[in-house]
Amino acid sequence: MLGRLSLSAIPLDVPILVGTFIGVLIVGVAVLGLITYYGKWGYLWKEWFTSVDHKRLAVMYIVLALVALARGFADAIMMRTQLALAYAGNPGYLPPHHYDQIFSAHGTIMIFFLAMAFMTGLFNFIVPLQIGARDVAYPFLNNLSFWMTAVAFMLVNISLFIGEFSQCGWLAYPPLSEMQFSPGVGVDYYIWAIQISGVGTLLTGVNFFVTIVKMRAPGMTWLKMPVFTWTAFCSSILIMATFPVLTVAVALLGLDRYFGMHFFTNDGGGNQMLYLNLIWAWGHPEVYILVLPAFGVFSEVVPAFSGKPLFGYKTMVYATCSIMVLSFLVWVHHFFTMGAGPDVNAFFGIATMIISIPTGVKLFNWLFTMYKGRIQYHACMYWAVGFMVVFTIGGMTGVMMAIPGSDFVLHNSLFLIAHFHNVIIGGVYFGYVCGMNFWAPKVLGFKMNEAWGIRAFWFWLVGFFFAFMPLYVLGFEGMTRRMNHYDNPAWHPWMLIAEVGAVLILFGVVCQLMQIYVSIRDCNKPENRDVTGDPWNGRTLEWSTSSPPPVYNFAIVPHVSSLDAYTHDKENGIDTRQAGGKYEAIHMPKNTASGIACGAFALIFGFAAVWYIWWLAAIGLVGVIGTVIARSANKDIDYYIPAEEVARIENEHTRKLMAQAAE
Amino acid sequence: MAQNTTVPTAGHDEHHHENTVVFGFWVYLMTDCIIFGSLFATFAVLRNQFNGGPTPHELFEFGGLGLETALLLLSSITYGFGMIAAHKSEISKVILWLAVTFLLGLGFVGLEVREFAHMIAEGAGPDRSAFLSAFFTLVSTHGLHVTCGLIWIVTLIVQLMGTTEIPERMMNKLTCLSLFWHFLDIVWICVFTYVYLASMI
Amino acid sequence: MKNKLLARMARLGGLSSALLLAGCELDVLDPKGPVGEGVKTLITTSVIAMLIVVVPTIILTLWFAWQYRQSNTSAEYLPKWSHSNKIEVIIWGVPSLIILFLAVITYQTCHSLDPYKPLEAEANTKPLHVQVVAQDWKWLFIYPEQGIATVNQLAMPVNTPVDFDITSDSVMNSFFIPRLGSMIYAMAGMQTQLHLLASEPGDYMGESANYSGRGFSDMRFHALAMSNDEFNAWVEKVRASSEQLDSQTYPKLAAPSEANPVEYFAHVEPGMFNTIVAKYNNGMVMDKSTGKMIQVQQSAMSGMN
Repeated sequence: MLGRLSLSAIPLDVPILVGTFIGVLIVGVAVLGLITYYGKWGYLWKEWFTSVDHKRLAVMYIVLALVALARGFADAIMMRTQLALAYAGNPGYLPPHHYDQIFSAHGTIMIFFLAMAFMTGLFNFIVPLQIGARDVAYPFLNNLSFWMTAVAFMLVNISLFIGEFSQCGWLAYPPLSEMQFSPGVGVDYYIWAIQISGVGTLLTGVNFFVTIVKMRAPGMTWLKMPVFTWTAFCSSILIMATFPVLTVAVALLGLDRYFGMHFFTNDGGGNQMLYLNLIWAWGHPEVYILVLPAFGVFSEVVPAFSGKPLFGYKTMVYATCSIMVLSFLVWVHHFFTMGAGPDVNAFFGIATMIISIPTGVKLFNWLFTMYKGRIQYHACMYWAVGFMVVFTIGGMTGVMMAIPGSDFVLHNSLFLIAHFHNVIIGGVYFGYVCGMNFWAPKVLGFKMNEAWGIRAFWFWLVGFFFAFMPLYVLGFEGMTRRMNHYDNPAWHPWMLIAEVGAVLILFGVVCQLMQIYVSIRDCNKPENRDVTGDPWNGRTLEWSTSSPPPVYNFAIVPHVSSLDAYTHDKENGIDTRQAGGKYEAIHMPKNTASGIACGAFALIFGFAAVWYIWWLAAIGLVGVIGTVIARSANKDIDYYIPAEEVARIENEHTRKLMAQAAE
Repeated sequence: MAQNTTVPTAGHDEHHHENTVVFGFWVYLMTDCIIFGSLFATFAVLRNQFNGGPTPHELFEFGGLGLETALLLLSSITYGFGMIAAHKSEISKVILWLAVTFLLGLGFVGLEVREFAHMIAEGAGPDRSAFLSAFFTLVSTHGLHVTCGLIWIVTLIVQLMGTTEIPERMMNKLTCLSLFWHFLDIVWICVFTYVYLASMI
Repeated sequence: MKNKLLARMARLGGLSSALLLAGCELDVLDPKGPVGEGVKTLITTSVIAMLIVVVPTIILTLWFAWQYRQSNTSAEYLPKWSHSNKIEVIIWGVPSLIILFLAVITYQTCHSLDPYKPLEAEANTKPLHVQVVAQDWKWLFIYPEQGIATVNQLAMPVNTPVDFDITSDSVMNSFFIPRLGSMIYAMAGMQTQLHLLASEPGDYMGESANYSGRGFSDMRFHALAMSNDEFNAWVEKVRASSEQLDSQTYPKLAAPSEANPVEYFAHVEPGMFNTIVAKYNNGMVMDKSTGKMIQVQQSAMSGMN
């Protein structure tokens, strides 16, 4: 009846987990209680959970990403603490069974649920506004994507308290992840979390690709498209081209585990290197999926705060596209050490290095955007400058590892860990936080607190150097990744420094939470409110509407005649909003519960499949299919906002603008 | 900077969303294509890993296969007739052709299931060798797609029943399913040549 | 006052960096063999080449960020300037030249440092042949020419090329002795090759550089480089052990164990390594001298499963 599930699956013997569970329970009950007390369930359901508005979904994605950050970072600091303690005979406080789950969960969560969710959140935040569209191409699928990602993250967290998570690293290399070596439920949790969130991500990719191709405002030709939209576009193409490969790789692993097939097993003719090739054919482009939008953020932020247009817009576009293409040609650099032969290794090594050329060009473009500018130091600009310094170092160590000869001693060492945290934290994370600070006033209607934002930056920056520079050294000292304990005295001091770095980053995270809290607390102070909709003298269309934008974004779809469309209009005295023009009724999609229902059924399916509860899995699967069919039969999916209502909203905003201008 | 302040006609906005559904579905099919591509690549890597088990020569027989192929190709044609009827808004004919397509597709899936059952009964199941794992996975992924297509056909037949006209949304659905069905045909031709024919030669 | 502080800080900085350098032993950058030396030269050359761009970039970033701050109204402000062919040529050109240079040395070192390439040795030195099997969670070293085997201890004479054949009887691992240079994966059913040479006697740490499960952290071995005479004495010591490794005793050894102590086997059944590879490869194994696949005796295999 309950498959493999029994009471013994609950890890009551691990005090850390019991404590965590009690903590989660208390916080959870408190949050749910408060929502009930203030009677906000209906509001949450109607205005958020079932919303198909890309701006609402953006906020939900970013909240999800921040929750994932909390979980993923807790894992990180636990690992660092373990390695600061577990030296010379001291086993530390995390036995391998627990520790191995933690590093596997850390990687999985940080990539799939922090970075991907944050990125999708930013796409949703900005892309439709930036191209002058009223929503994305498929608003319902957008909501569905969010819930798929959210329930997949829930599944990972359920594994904390029921059963276990994978102990095979974030990519679950076989044959270790095969039934023979990992008979527990951990890998199955991993498989279903990846597959469910993969559906969400793939739909996001298709959605934004079509949105950008089909829904740009009239006049916005390809080379008048803002750089962030360009990067979102390239990222979407990479998602569409590579996530299916991830789906296949993980599905084949699942078939090995569930049906005893022999894709990657040691016996039966399986081939483990096939998995490595498939997973990295996704995995390397994935890095660019994440980092290109971060580059896009900087390409918007640096010009806005330097008071200048972006240096070399076209170069930037070409660089982005060439990175996108080249990213398919480099996956073998993740396993030079399998012995593929010098010519194969040389090809992939050189292809990898070539990517550093367009990446370097981008860096110089931001540099020359600051050159002869007037740089205002808002929190976003701190993240941007910090990024440029940190990322340059990460780029260099990346090229070091791209040279197969060097990789033969650096592969899988802590040098590698330092390198990719160098680019993922310094590039991706700094970029996304920068973007959040930059666009928050647009989506929320108020600015985020500057002081706490800057504090968060300094803690992250300094903490990053303390946490990861020692790992570069440890890599040279021959320390490999994923060790649970060690007895080499030369390693210990560096691990202690890295622990200090982790604590500093903890302060950084706390400052970010404080920033969010203080921003919301002070959101009604006049100096924080964004009345004009254009708090930074922005250059692109999203700044031409009110903050927060009305549900339809643009009452009259703007006409684009040049790059940096809004700046062009401001300089030429054109009213982008065409206020007082002829308003027409606007066709909008209705909110729907289908997305959350699909998500709930997918969660049931995933959980049941992990535990071999087949009847429940069948219910989940039928539920998903049934919900989609019901949605397809539903005729009540859209409505019109009457022209008078549009006129009322727009005139009110115009009045506010006039009042502001008169002050 | 060259400035072009001429404003395109406002009528453009009205056609903004037109055909994004079909275009988007086509894009989605391309991602599906990559799924099949990955499975073909996997099959290529593992096709000679028999692990002492049966080889294609011992397993494949062309009689049933020819019938399967014929059914699927024919179903593409009958779907085409359905689309012609849909463009003429002849709903009862659309339903009829969809039903015929459904039966042909069902026949295809039935034959495939029979072939699989036969192989498994002979001890040549997907857990026998890497070759068979790759074979079963590739072919049944296609079969699963056809099955989804069948569910979709039934859904559309039910939705069409009792209606008197075909609104744009329904037309989009029919067009998407049409793309899907023809796509599965093309994939099957690849499966037929690459998996069956090439393994026999 | 300020100057004094700066001077003190500079002294402190110098002192601490000296301490750090003295205190840390960078195994990879202090190699004890020609392969490691080659890698070290490669790393230093490539880093210096890249620093030509990296250092100016970081300096320019910080300088521009400071120079063009809003409060510095004396700095020039060009609110419309966004294009310069001259700069474009430099920012594409210089990195391209450096990557071109790196590409050339990448191609060269891919061949010169190819782990499959036998190392050159002095005229009358015969290479030592060692077969390595990664198990859960220990390393088995078979010396086919000496007919002995050891667990978690690898001995080799200095200045003698060592030819490793590497496989796994479990999950994927990576065979790595940081002081000697390159690593290579150990995978079941496959055999990879590695050629190393120790030029100085010593006890070097060896490890698995690919996570392999619960006992991974203790999957370490000692790589002992010694003189020829010492090596011969060591071989005799192993031969004096009472343990034997054959199809009967092998399963017991191959069973998972953590932090396995060093073990010696006085005698190894011939062909043991091939049998382990063939177990996962339809009974076939590649003959290294001809590159052809050959069948391994079935009887030997059946005893091992």
